[in-house]
Amino acid sequence: MQARLKRRYRKERMFKAVGLGGLMTGLLALAVMVISILSTGLSGFTESRLHIDVYMDPEIIGTIAGNTEKERLHSLMQINYSALVRNSLRQKFPDVKGRRNIFSLQKLVSKGSREDIKQRLLEDESIIGKTITMNLLASSTVDMYLKGQISRHVDQSERKISDKQLAWLDVLQAEGRIVKGFNWKFLTSGDSREPELAGIWGAAMGSFLTLLVTLVVAFPIGVASALYLEEFAPKNKWTDLIEININNLAAVPSIIFGLLGLAIFLNLFNMPRSAPLVGGLTLALMTLPTIIISSRAAIRAVPPSIRDAAIGMGASRIQTQFHHVLPLSMPGIMTGTIIGMAQALGETAPLLMIGMVAFIVDVPHGVLDAATALPVQIFLWADSPERGFMEKTSAAIIVLLLFLVLMNGLAIWMRHKFEKRW
Amino acid sequence: MNSLILIVILMLISTAAFIFGRKKALNAVNGKVSALHSLPGHYGWFSAVISFLPGLTILIIWFLFGNNLVDNFTLATLGGEIQNLSDFDRALYMNDIRNLAAQDAISRPVTEAMTNAAHYYLRTQENISWIFALSAIGISALAALFSIRKISPDLRSRNLLERLILIALVTCSAIAILTTVGIVSSLIVETLRFLDHVPLTDFLFGLKWSPQTALRADQVGSSGAFGAIPLFAGTLLITFIALLIALPVGLLSAIYMTEFASRKARAIFKPLLELLAGIPTVVYGFFAALVVAPAIRSSGEVIGLEIASESALAAGLVMGIMIIPLISSLSDDVISSVPQSLRDASLGLGATKTETILNIIIPSALPGIVSAFLLAASRAIGETMIVVMAAGMAANLTANPLEAVTTVTVQILALLTGDQEFDSAKTLSAFALGLALFVITLFLNFMALRVVRKYQEQYD
Repeated sequence: MQARLKRRYRKERMFKAVGLGGLMTGLLALAVMVISILSTGLSGFTESRLHIDVYMDPEIIGTIAGNTEKERLHSLMQINYSALVRNSLRQKFPDVKGRRNIFSLQKLVSKGSREDIKQRLLEDESIIGKTITMNLLASSTVDMYLKGQISRHVDQSERKISDKQLAWLDVLQAEGRIVKGFNWKFLTSGDSREPELAGIWGAAMGSFLTLLVTLVVAFPIGVASALYLEEFAPKNKWTDLIEININNLAAVPSIIFGLLGLAIFLNLFNMPRSAPLVGGLTLALMTLPTIIISSRAAIRAVPPSIRDAAIGMGASRIQTQFHHVLPLSMPGIMTGTIIGMAQALGETAPLLMIGMVAFIVDVPHGVLDAATALPVQIFLWADSPERGFMEKTSAAIIVLLLFLVLMNGLAIWMRHKFEKRW
Repeated sequence: MNSLILIVILMLISTAAFIFGRKKALNAVNGKVSALHSLPGHYGWFSAVISFLPGLTILIIWFLFGNNLVDNFTLATLGGEIQNLSDFDRALYMNDIRNLAAQDAISRPVTEAMTNAAHYYLRTQENISWIFALSAIGISALAALFSIRKISPDLRSRNLLERLILIALVTCSAIAILTTVGIVSSLIVETLRFLDHVPLTDFLFGLKWSPQTALRADQVGSSGAFGAIPLFAGTLLITFIALLIALPVGLLSAIYMTEFASRKARAIFKPLLELLAGIPTVVYGFFAALVVAPAIRSSGEVIGLEIASESALAAGLVMGIMIIPLISSLSDDVISSVPQSLRDASLGLGATKTETILNIIIPSALPGIVSAFLLAASRAIGETMIVVMAAGMAANLTANPLEAVTTVTVQILALLTGDQEFDSAKTLSAFALGLALFVITLFLNFMALRVVRKYQEQYD
């Protein structure tokens, strides 16, 4: 008897431990994921710059012609910036000889540094002929090495940075000519083939425009159908059908919505490919069930006494709904809508199917411009072979998750703030 | 004419209709509101809505069919050799004309006929947009005049307005139905076209999947095979691995949180675990491809196993993590809804907590748990991004989780991204796969609902 009791208690403890183990496995997975993304992604927000004395050679620059800014910009485009950079680097390292060595010396500096020099020239022409110290953006390989992603202890053939380049970097580092800073470009520019120049602003704008379309389409339609189904619909076969339908649509895989968008919006209606408009419409159909279901719950939560009182005062049924029930259920509806929008923000597959997956450098300005979205940008970067894109991918994920946390946090806050107990 | 400007003009017309309608109603009774049937605002809204709707309808028609109309007009001007092209080639030709008109690069040498067509295209586009815009404005203005003329103190404008609102609400709720109809019809239409190229039995029972068809007749090595069995096998393998992870972890977490954890611990753990549900799938895909797959590969190397870098195991494992919160929160709900009296009775008879859980709670919550399992399976089968990023592309009929397999969703995406010819068996096969996916997930969702309805004990 005693022994059996002991056995039963042991089983009890073991079962509890197994349960805790299950829970901890789930949480551990979450932790590993978050940590691995943070550890690879945080460095994506910084960039390395090389402190180089650039001689603004008048022979290379020539004269900057034109009176308007546009003409001047055009004339600035003609300048051979790589020669400027090359000469400055050679001045710094005079004993570098041979085309290949000079080429690999120049590879320390990013192609994007031309923009910096151009900007300086645009601001102040008097620097022509002078030597000025500039912080030139380091190339992605150098950046990766400085961030410890490339080890100098492996053989030269196995890393992208050569021994010579390392020696030059050591010189620069010893002189304190390597500085790290916050990578503003990552937040303010569009996509690029060069990891050190790539940014998420274009994708973020694409996501914003897409979600705007989604919201404008899905919110009124969702609330209207919820209102009808909850308050006006007679109980019959037709409304039953709608109900079953909505519940089923909520569980249809997102890729099917992509197929729908492709077949209906693109092929039947000839809408433009890659446009946030089509992406937004597709995502709107996808989030509609979420909004309808949560709006119905919010409308149902408004007590009947409110409706009775309004009707009793002589309001019509529509007036009762629009003047009383809808405003009272609005916080709940908004909460559901924000959660639906958060889902739509993270959705990738349907957008890939309607072509929002192209390499797009320009930041979109309207719902008809070609665009990508944040999750699609993550997908594209994750596919890139360049090492520098890995930290950019993680950094973009951090930004995306930040937005999602903000949106969900807002939803939770609204629920607590406006929750009414009747 | 720009559609945005048109919308603004239409809005201005209906604003004017609102003001004049309201004024007319008020003037008719000399400002004595009680003599009106409805509130003055109702008369204004009545006119505004009546004047806006016809213009909006024309705008929508323009938006949906205007481009097709311009295309057809342009194609009609072209010579017989273009008319005799297949639908697909004609569409390509039209696409080039459009690109030429937009001064983009085109895929063939520019001929004079094409330049003319491009000019004609631009002209027609301009003309048609003016025709639509002017007719929208005209009809809106007429409707505004008509509605304002109609207004008299006896007009039951509130009732009319409310009827219109009700019609709008019904229309909105029908959109959910329309979406389903759209999904089903587009999938079925394209699948039927696919079945013209490939017999149904080949698709459903074929063992070889290689959708690359020869573009030219003399090309070698790409005959195109559309046997979907390897895709379904791959999908099932990955789903199976995912459920193998998610079911125990999710269920145990739910049991621990509902039965063992203190209220405080539950308040912390439950939202933390549900965070997993809020993470976008593309993030899971990245995690699978860049963290989990290399880790599995290198740990395989340590024990001397050859593991593909895009193994089914990595994709399945991460997908399992993704569905943990789905299973845990659904089982959490059903376990919590088992009445306390059953627990008390079992504990009162001397059973330990574990025995109560295993013998009483799990059996009575079983239908709900099975339903959660089915929903999770449906979710895993339809999941796209994780497998696109972490599973393979080549169809591989194997049950070995260490090899690379491909899934239905991966193939749909691979077939449809990038430039596509819309009539080839290759593109159409994506829709056939989509239909299969839709039917399977619908069936699983339906079963999940039915299991609960049929087997769940009703306690009160």
